[in-house]
Amino acid sequence: MSDSRNFVLGVFDDEDVLLSAVRKVRGAGVKIDEVYSPFPVHGLDDELGYKRSRLPIAAFMFGILGTSLALTMQYWMLGVDWPMIIGGKDFTPLPDFIPVTFELTVLLAAFGMVGTFLVSSDLKPWKDPKMLDLRITDDKHIMAIDLGKNKSMDAQTINGVLKDSGAVEVNDKEVED
Amino acid sequence: MAKERFEFTTGLKKKLYLVAIIGFVLLLVSAIFPGGGHEAATGDHEGTEQHDAGASDDHETNASEDHSGGDSDAHGGMVSDESGEGHEAGAADNGGWLKRLGVNLWINNVYFVGLGLIGIFFFTLQYASQAGWSTYLLRVPLAMGSWLPYAFVLMIATFFIFGHDIFHWTHSDLYNKFLPNGDLNTHFDALIAGKSSYFFLPLEGGSFPVFFVLRMTLFFGAWYFLFKKIKSLAMAEDELGGDSYWFKMRKFSAIFLVVFAVTSSIAAWDWIMSIDVHWFSTMFGWYVFASWWVTGLAFITLVTILLKEAGYLSQVTANHLHDLGKFIFAFSIFWTYIWFSQFLLIYYANIPEESVYFVERLLSDKYAPFFFINLIMNFLFPLLTFMTRDAKRLNVFLKIVCIVVLAGHWIDFYLMVTPGTMGENGAFGLTEIGLFLVFGVAFVFVTLSALSKSALVAKNHPMYEEAKHHHI
Repeated sequence: MSDSRNFVLGVFDDEDVLLSAVRKVRGAGVKIDEVYSPFPVHGLDDELGYKRSRLPIAAFMFGILGTSLALTMQYWMLGVDWPMIIGGKDFTPLPDFIPVTFELTVLLAAFGMVGTFLVSSDLKPWKDPKMLDLRITDDKHIMAIDLGKNKSMDAQTINGVLKDSGAVEVNDKEVED
Repeated sequence: MAKERFEFTTGLKKKLYLVAIIGFVLLLVSAIFPGGGHEAATGDHEGTEQHDAGASDDHETNASEDHSGGDSDAHGGMVSDESGEGHEAGAADNGGWLKRLGVNLWINNVYFVGLGLIGIFFFTLQYASQAGWSTYLLRVPLAMGSWLPYAFVLMIATFFIFGHDIFHWTHSDLYNKFLPNGDLNTHFDALIAGKSSYFFLPLEGGSFPVFFVLRMTLFFGAWYFLFKKIKSLAMAEDELGGDSYWFKMRKFSAIFLVVFAVTSSIAAWDWIMSIDVHWFSTMFGWYVFASWWVTGLAFITLVTILLKEAGYLSQVTANHLHDLGKFIFAFSIFWTYIWFSQFLLIYYANIPEESVYFVERLLSDKYAPFFFINLIMNFLFPLLTFMTRDAKRLNVFLKIVCIVVLAGHWIDFYLMVTPGTMGENGAFGLTEIGLFLVFGVAFVFVTLSALSKSALVAKNHPMYEEAKHHHI
């Protein structure tokens, strides 16, 4: 079975117009599915009302995991499995463990954060990206509005709202899911 | 309605006077009832000796053989010289509390000189790196630099009055192998004598420390000259505008940064590392700088927030404070990194002449608690509190962390200075708190009155607009 989603795409060629358009379109009660742009537009996240990413929490968790893993590993290796006297210190001297612990904390936090990001953004090498409009890789910003999520409005009204808010053109697009 | 100029009201002055009076009262009380350190000293003393013996046994024998020419005196070695009997006798001679006062004066001198310097450093750093975000709050660090002349007077005075209490190397009997009558000088210390030119050049070791005092004067002179230059340019910019001042300030900022890089490091050796005159650490300049820098950032942030809450600096938003918070967060970690780099190498190599520094601190009942409090206040607390984004944007968190960091780094300096000067007689009590309050009030007073003399925000700064749109 193949569901398809119907989009109305507003095409913008200026990021300032885009920002005010996002405000106007949302103000008119239209739910925006996503905005695509060739470069990061400052303040767009706030205008779209996105919640802050929880990625830092994942990074913290992975960091803690790295810390405990490193400490456990070194404790087990040098304290339990094969105790060795190094530099006349105890078998498990904490200061000696800190550099490795630090490195593993950073490593796991970084890897974990990248991995979490890839998974949560559904990015994978074999992913077939759905390009709503090829010009988002060049010089146009696209505001995608999913008609299925705006049941209370018809396409005509949404077209009007987009046009009023400064879209240079408005297109319809059907995407296979 | 934003107020453009900071008004140093009499109400605020009265509050500051009150804090200063409390400080003086605490000092007075502690002068009348010194208590603390002294009685306990004899009891603790044996403990130290044992620790010392454990950690640097070989060394002490070496020291007395090599350097003291068969000196039978037990405290010819390094360890007990600092914390042992010789010093305790000295402490009794010139009054235990006065010595403690002198040491505390020195701690506060170094701490607040650092704050003043970091004010200039922060300011110049923004110009050298062409930063725009900090434009609105730059007058706060600039005002902090006004402390320098007072700091110089206080520092020189403390050095000449309490020099012998603070710096072992100022004693004149350490530098000659033989007494005038031809006998062996039992106080002779070959290691210190070898370093004498660093303090006394061009004079003989044990006389007037020309080179040391000259350096101090030169450093303050250079810092103050550049500070004055930069400040007058900033004031001229306020009057006349245009970006030519910004370029001139950037030039002088770059000069200051180069001067500061060298002088801050040497100042750290001179003023702090030379207290433990036998000991040395190549990390020390960085370590003191890191401590100063994060303290200064905390002070700048705290003053900025308090000004904002008092209705000034309306242009400063959570975005600007967020950056300051990130600075404190990052440089708390930087400080820990430097601190740990110094500690780990010394701990791991365990060379007695180096490890004695941490033996005095970590294995002492007096200082071991501070040793860990230092790490908790200056590393764990800022690290965990400032990890989230919101904490760096909310005034209440920022204020708490700033205050903890300011107090924590005072303890850091306390730990640098006290064990080498007071030995096991060191204490933490009303004297310490009282003098810190007095110095703190003096510093805040100078800063605020400097702040009130010019507009709070440089309205002709070329990056005024950039700072306005700062958004993170």
